Amino acid sequence: MSQATTEPPAATPSRALDEIKIGGLGASRKRVEDNRFIRGTGNYTDDITLPGMLHMEILRSPLAHARIKSIDATRAWEVPGVHLVLTGEMMATRNLAWMPTLSYDTQAVLATDKVRFQGQEVACVIADDPYIAKDACELIDVEYEPLPAIVNPQQALAADAPVIRDDKENQPDNVIYNWEVGDREGTDRAFEQADKISRLQLHYPRSHPSPIECCGSIADFNRSTSKLTVYMTSQAPHIIRAAVSLVAEIPEHMIRIISPDIGGGFGNKVPVYPGYVCSILASILLERPVKWIEDKSGNLISTGFARDVYLDGELALRNDGKILAVRMRTDADHGAFFADAQPSKFKIGLMHSAFAAYDVPVGHIMARGTYTNKAPGGVAYRCSFRVTEAMFFQERMMHAAAIDLGMDQAEFRRVNFVRDDDFPHRTPFGFLTDSGQYGECLDVGLKAVGYEDFLRQKEAAKKNGRLLGLGISTMTEPLGAGNSREYDILGIKMFDSAELRVHLTGKAILRTGAKSQGQGHETTWAQIVAHELGIPAEDIVVEEGDTDTAPFGMGTYASRSTPVAGAAVAMASRKVRAKARKLAAHLLEVSEEDVDWELGRFYVRSAPDRGVTIQECAMAAYSNMPDGMEPGLESVSYYDPPNLTWPFACYIVTVEVDPETGVWDVLNLVAVDDCGVRINPMIVEGQIMGGLTEAYAMANMQFQTYDAEGNCVGSNYMDYLLPTSWETPGFELHSEIMTPCPHHPIGAKGIGECAAVGGPAAFVNAVMDAIGDTGVRNIDMPLLPDRVWEAIKYRRDVSGAPPVRSDD
Amino acid sequence: MTTVYDDLSDADTGDVPVNRIKFTINGKKKIAEVEPRLLLSHLIRRGLGLTGTHMGCDTTNCGACTVLVDGRAIKSCTMLAVQADGHEITTVEGLASASELHPLQEGFKEEHGLQCGFCTPGMMMAAKQLLDENPAPTEEDVRWALSGNLCRCTGYQNIVKSVLWAADKLRAEG
Repeated sequence: MSQATTEPPAATPSRALDEIKIGGLGASRKRVEDNRFIRGTGNYTDDITLPGMLHMEILRSPLAHARIKSIDATRAWEVPGVHLVLTGEMMATRNLAWMPTLSYDTQAVLATDKVRFQGQEVACVIADDPYIAKDACELIDVEYEPLPAIVNPQQALAADAPVIRDDKENQPDNVIYNWEVGDREGTDRAFEQADKISRLQLHYPRSHPSPIECCGSIADFNRSTSKLTVYMTSQAPHIIRAAVSLVAEIPEHMIRIISPDIGGGFGNKVPVYPGYVCSILASILLERPVKWIEDKSGNLISTGFARDVYLDGELALRNDGKILAVRMRTDADHGAFFADAQPSKFKIGLMHSAFAAYDVPVGHIMARGTYTNKAPGGVAYRCSFRVTEAMFFQERMMHAAAIDLGMDQAEFRRVNFVRDDDFPHRTPFGFLTDSGQYGECLDVGLKAVGYEDFLRQKEAAKKNGRLLGLGISTMTEPLGAGNSREYDILGIKMFDSAELRVHLTGKAILRTGAKSQGQGHETTWAQIVAHELGIPAEDIVVEEGDTDTAPFGMGTYASRSTPVAGAAVAMASRKVRAKARKLAAHLLEVSEEDVDWELGRFYVRSAPDRGVTIQECAMAAYSNMPDGMEPGLESVSYYDPPNLTWPFACYIVTVEVDPETGVWDVLNLVAVDDCGVRINPMIVEGQIMGGLTEAYAMANMQFQTYDAEGNCVGSNYMDYLLPTSWETPGFELHSEIMTPCPHHPIGAKGIGECAAVGGPAAFVNAVMDAIGDTGVRNIDMPLLPDRVWEAIKYRRDVSGAPPVRSDD
Repeated sequence: MTTVYDDLSDADTGDVPVNRIKFTINGKKKIAEVEPRLLLSHLIRRGLGLTGTHMGCDTTNCGACTVLVDGRAIKSCTMLAVQADGHEITTVEGLASASELHPLQEGFKEEHGLQCGFCTPGMMMAAKQLLDENPAPTEEDVRWALSGNLCRCTGYQNIVKSVLWAADKLRAEG
């Protein structure tokens, strides 16, 4: 039997908890959410079954552009088990045939006058069983009058092009916007003084985020309470609630959006899709729950795509390698409806974040958007609003310019980097970058890849007819919109939120306005609370995605969770700590000014042994608060960031190209990411590897294109190629360089998208380097073997722009 | 339309449709009356309520719906329920015993082999067949065995590590 009483240990300078042991900042804590996913007990939208639930299927247009002459649903209505057939005409009687988009345009919910892209929603059937609903869809007779299809901006801008959006007044052509940013005259002057001008033209192909789980919803309208509950695959449930309220004219307090577990998002699950709206109307009309689960073709052919932007870019250069100015003209293909999910003030997203890593005095961007007969809804696919295009264009232009100057690729970047002592730095297009150590990151990358040695190997291999190449991509990008002065979606400011409730036993529940789709918020948010309050992470449960319980937030996309909602978690925790300090002073019978904090514990400054734990403070908040103090230990924080966060990345890829076939293999991939303080290094590395894989995918195989008739090529996983474990290369990750974000409460920067944003150019630059002797300046992504082979064989640039060629 | 019975005596034997199938799922014997066109994945998810088997692509590409049929990993979106008649099915819900996780499940958690979790059950079932047949796979073996299963989150590197972790543990347990 142990001794009943022991002497207290000798006074020690600190009794702070070991932060790593309690799962705080910097702990590679195993994920909480895994416990259900590995057992197959996750709760995704399609896993939910409600009593009396019906099933909805959508009939889509087989044509890209056609006038609808008639829709006859008689035979569909006759199928036993069919409860409702919705057409555009019926939607129109309820003013729901069209809905507003996230970019102040309109989008057809169900087509009435014309179909404007292949796969557009034409009708839907609600039935007892999805098989019956699908059968009935096939019995709807639609008569179409085909119209010419437009599949690229050049066709859209032709003088005789049919006007796709003839539904809109004051829309005489297919131009959506002309937008410009920067200093045109200053840029022109700089170009006049240049020793050299380097020019590059290319197309960033259309890509689809394609999470493995498709979109879906279960709408459940309760007539007796007039409340609408919708389970939905949404990365941004609060925005959806606002949108549904506006579209369906249901009061916002009578709408509850619940995003359960989400099987990947990558931007695809931000917008409002017609399927959601139809399932809601069907549930209201039938007074039964209606489930809609999209199939893969429906997802690929109709929901938010990304990229599809053309670049004509120029750099004004001095012979010593200094960039004097940048000029970019971009043409974006938005499809049939301008439905981009992006901040309202910026027509082509944050394209003007290009060249933020480099000290470029002046620049000018002209951006034009066009309608085409392709799927709508440009989304930020693992990207903050077109920064993927911006950084790809930047790094491809950097590669070409270094060649034009005859300079080493690494040296050219180094002489133009913003210096460590030059922050905050104003970019040529007005952003203010916050911090970084760009040259150091490049050094780490070059050393890891064995740069000088590889250049020697490359020369030696060339003598044997082998083509080796090395590609560098270095960039900083803006992550974590807002600040809310500049960033809003449909006027709603881009802040985020957290609500923390500490229970009397010192356990806690945290809710945020973000919504994890695999990022591991249930794990990492608890780590921030542990860091701020010393409550072990395992004592904190995290909930997100239910608009009835979570505070209002703008959701998770554009790598904004940690920069914005994560900051709100820290600030909410600090509010709790401030109140706990008062409770501690009361318990310790000293004044608040005499109380100091160390992790997990307040103590009397003059007598450090006298202290109370955060758990004792929590108990006091419910059982022994001082007179006049409001009971409880809770807080809400709405965080409006002062600036975006600016992580830096250096990706270096080496490849070997087979000159006989055009096939290229990755030899080595080094990733150096400086994303500030890492909350959970394991999860950060997981995010980087995922992003690198998507970068490899886009560079190597993954794209959507269209034929001359507007048929989508890439509407299923047999045509839309995603890399498997067999093709995907291995990655070498480096985290040696860490520059805390100066304005984020815990010094963190965004990271989720960095590798997908900066990665593609590294692969392409490597292949271009390998075939450098051909003089070819560009092959459009993906660098398919036939394209690389064509470039080698005919020594010419290879365009990947649609329509797909039918001559070979 | 699908009806599942635990025991034939529960069934309305007066009007048994021709498409009556008997099968074993996760060690339990079941009888079901199914439409001939019903996919096995839908029988598992809707008929049996085992929603750990996910539907991703409907075209046998993504592998989210992978289950074991007589120990062999198959994509249940491309097998008809009637073809399961007389066979033994194992889903992700059958991996763990009542008291402990299967080493594959532990491995995926230990090595951060999942993010959104949607592909995970299929990945684990495909890996299960591999480890049943090859207790000491190389990295290349694992990459090849999982090449019919797509993951969009992880980049596979940690999935491969997870499977190797499980292989090590299974060998250590003998």
